[in-house]
Amino acid sequence: MFGLFKKFKEGFAKTVSAIASKTAAIFGQKPIDASSLETLEEALYTADFGVETTGEILAEIKAAYKKDATLHGQQAAAIGAAVLKRVLAGSEGRLDLSVATGSPVVIAMIGVNGSGKTTTSAKLAWKMKQEGRTVTLAACDTFRAAAVEQLKAWATRLEIEIIASHTGADSAAVAFDAWQAAKSRGRDFLIVDTAGRLHTKGNLMEELAKIRRVLQKNDPAAPQHRWLVVDGSLGSNSIEQAKAFHQSFGLTGLVVTKLDGTSRGGALVGIYRQLKIPIYFLGLGEQPEDLQPFSVDSYAKAVFGLE
Amino acid sequence: MFESLTDKLSSALRNLRGVGKLSEENMAAALAEVRTALLAADVHFKVAREFVERVQAKCVGQEVLKGVAPGQQIVKIINDELVALLGEGTTDLSAKRPLKILMVGLHGSGKTTSTAKLGKLLKKRGYRPFVVGADIYRPAAIDQLEILAKQEELGFYSDRATKDVPALGAAGLSAALAASADCIIFDTAGRLQIDTDLIEEVKKLRARVQPDEVLLVADGALGQEAVNVAQAFHEALSLTGLILTKLDGDTRGGAALSIKSVTGVPIKFVGVGEKTADFEPFYPERLASRILGMGDVVSLVEKAQENIDEKEAEKMAEKLKKAEFDLEDFLAQMQQVKKMGSMQSIMGMIPGMSGMQLPAGADKQMARTEAIIQSMTKQERRKPDILNGSRRKRIADGAGVKIVEVNSLMKQFQQMQQMMKMMKGGGGKKMMRQMEAMKGKGGGFPPGGFRR
Repeated sequence: MFGLFKKFKEGFAKTVSAIASKTAAIFGQKPIDASSLETLEEALYTADFGVETTGEILAEIKAAYKKDATLHGQQAAAIGAAVLKRVLAGSEGRLDLSVATGSPVVIAMIGVNGSGKTTTSAKLAWKMKQEGRTVTLAACDTFRAAAVEQLKAWATRLEIEIIASHTGADSAAVAFDAWQAAKSRGRDFLIVDTAGRLHTKGNLMEELAKIRRVLQKNDPAAPQHRWLVVDGSLGSNSIEQAKAFHQSFGLTGLVVTKLDGTSRGGALVGIYRQLKIPIYFLGLGEQPEDLQPFSVDSYAKAVFGLE
Repeated sequence: MFESLTDKLSSALRNLRGVGKLSEENMAAALAEVRTALLAADVHFKVAREFVERVQAKCVGQEVLKGVAPGQQIVKIINDELVALLGEGTTDLSAKRPLKILMVGLHGSGKTTSTAKLGKLLKKRGYRPFVVGADIYRPAAIDQLEILAKQEELGFYSDRATKDVPALGAAGLSAALAASADCIIFDTAGRLQIDTDLIEEVKKLRARVQPDEVLLVADGALGQEAVNVAQAFHEALSLTGLILTKLDGDTRGGAALSIKSVTGVPIKFVGVGEKTADFEPFYPERLASRILGMGDVVSLVEKAQENIDEKEAEKMAEKLKKAEFDLEDFLAQMQQVKKMGSMQSIMGMIPGMSGMQLPAGADKQMARTEAIIQSMTKQERRKPDILNGSRRKRIADGAGVKIVEVNSLMKQFQQMQQMMKMMKGGGGKKMMRQMEAMKGKGGGFPPGGFRR
């Protein structure tokens, strides 16, 4: 468990230093005051927590401060982390890698353009392979130029099986074929990489529904996992994205990517608040092993610079 | 939640009625609302604070206008201020030829797609564009650019074997000049602004090819992070402009205000779709309305102007006024609307309607309605009253729908006619209520917008 937190903290190191540098003065051993509360507000907002969560954390710290004017920064940080943990209670998604159902367990990766679906698909496949599971990739982004080649390049590099067609092919047909292939070869998992689409485009959302329908012809339960891949550097719009995808595709999980920068990925808090969809993984770097399971405790501690 | 800024401001300013002048004290509540609204639109914390201060400075001392809700008055000031800030600088590119453009940004912001789009746009403007694929990291990124270049008939160069990006850039430049191109666009790999090695690399590329324009490509939905990203790229590369992408979604685009405020670099283009033609010069008014959640009326009007025949529209208005609207007109109107794009995209541009979600398949429904009307005779379209059971059956068979669908269309049409009659009879208020009910939970019309 400690090892996990360490890895998490390493990936999040820049994040921690970014938020902690602002709040060091507050979250040290000094008592807080009115002006440090404003600095705190700023730090919370710049983490993209959104208006609601920021307000909640501030209110609790202020209330504690009212009761005890000698409140120290460390204590305030602990209150903030506690609020975050409360808001995120139950948000840890855990993928059961032990399943052996006789049919491949299907994970569909969906999201807007450029959120990191293809890279996440490859990283996840690699992770499964490391755990000794067998996995097939389905290259269902048949729209964007060279998207198929991108996933193929990953598959070759990581030595993972892939089913692909050409750009412009029917994505649902590729999904269907990939499932058949995975099934006949007795694979444990099938990861379906789909084309990026903005959640406001009805026709493209309809295409997703078609992929689902076609997969269900093979196995009524497929795709068992429908994960939204969200760019962690985005702001409140990621909540709109999640809502729309959830409405039309019934999300079962989230993956938040690109958190190796200085983004705090606070939007995940907003998404979880609104939709209660569990968060499975965070993308903390460009290497295959940088896809890390989400941990509320680690996240809350990392954000507030606690040990 | 944002559609109602005018609304919120109006209630925050209720106490202003009868007060002569706007002052710091009587505006405090309203300005707090403005700040919250900006933060909810992803404007950076500090930028929002500065902006509110600017607005406050503009407002204080102004007379409260009679006949205008104070909320509207302030929204107008905010809007003007936003437009001024966003619109500083020119959207024109350097006039140099050959024109060298370097595209930079985070991962997945849309650099490769924007490179092809910009190439296409410049080709239309008479350039001979050439693109250079310098993203040697993302698998198949070079393939992607090559395919797009071929598709748009742009010159193309890359080198899949090299690890030396500056040398690749220089070779690309020579290849472009040898092909007598007069505009060379360099597509680079996505990089984090804190990745010192990669930033160093693109700095070297910049030094080597000496671009006339360095454009930061940024996702329009970026959060608070936008400020750090823009600042770091600007410091390292001296940006000359911004390209905002994925604005065809429903993002508020507050990041644009943040980036603009901290770098001062002009926003030059926006990406508004997946096709290479979906690329436009930047209009500050549109983005300002977006950030304020007021809908994109300008775009809607423009789209309408492009697609709707004015005489036809006048004729229609006349008919509406007289409540003589028949199914023939209904069909014609539907076809005009269809030319403007999908229903959802049109909805998104109407103030107060942007939050309203059309049921999935609204466009499909429209096509069915069209089929039903087209299965009627001319006489039936003009006098829908004559539709008896056997006629309805024939129409349903012809359109390939069930009779109930024909029935429900007729019901809807009757309701519409009734509404028009009400309008004619001055029952506008009742109609507004009905429309409100139709909108359901999607958030109310900003009442301030309808006050006289």
